[in-house]
Amino acid sequence: MLLARVIGDVVATRKDENLVGQKLLIVQPLTPDRQPAGRPLVALDSVGVGVGEEVFFVRGREASFPFLPAEVPTDATIVGVVDQIDA
Amino acid sequence: MLLARVVGTVVSTQKSRKLESAKLMLVQPLTLEGQAAGAAFMAIDSVGAGVGEQVLVVVEGKAAGSALRRSAAPVDAAIIGIVDRVDGVDRSA
Repeated sequence: MLLARVIGDVVATRKDENLVGQKLLIVQPLTPDRQPAGRPLVALDSVGVGVGEEVFFVRGREASFPFLPAEVPTDATIVGVVDQIDA
Repeated sequence: MLLARVVGTVVSTQKSRKLESAKLMLVQPLTLEGQAAGAAFMAIDSVGAGVGEQVLVVVEGKAAGSALRRSAAPVDAAIIGIVDRVDGVDRSA
């Protein structure tokens, strides 16, 4: 899982039917000291977050697990909001 | 998922049976500013995207296969949405 900040969102009217109702958010991966790490990407939201929040997200096949039994085609999904980091 | 632009199509007559009738596209990943980022690659299209459109691409096997509505399809990338717009990008947030 990676730390990230939500920095925007994407609007897509025409999309896979299993994405209908899903929020598409742009996340910037972060280092533990909150510096940008690599390129931003688009992730789904499984916990209800908004722009500006610090979150963590999962990549790969596991990104679709929060939406089971629906077969949602995603490779990155936000699965938590960061309250605090002690590093 | 990546933002990308559809830059071409690929025609293939002889291919895996699990790819029959799949639309094969070439996509160029983009930065949030719309600049090309990295090498173009192939993705199947499940939403009817056309050349020149900005799209969302999943780069993961299971997600791409479910976009194709086929199990165990030999695909690793799929176009799953057409981007209307990108909002509220605050790089300083």
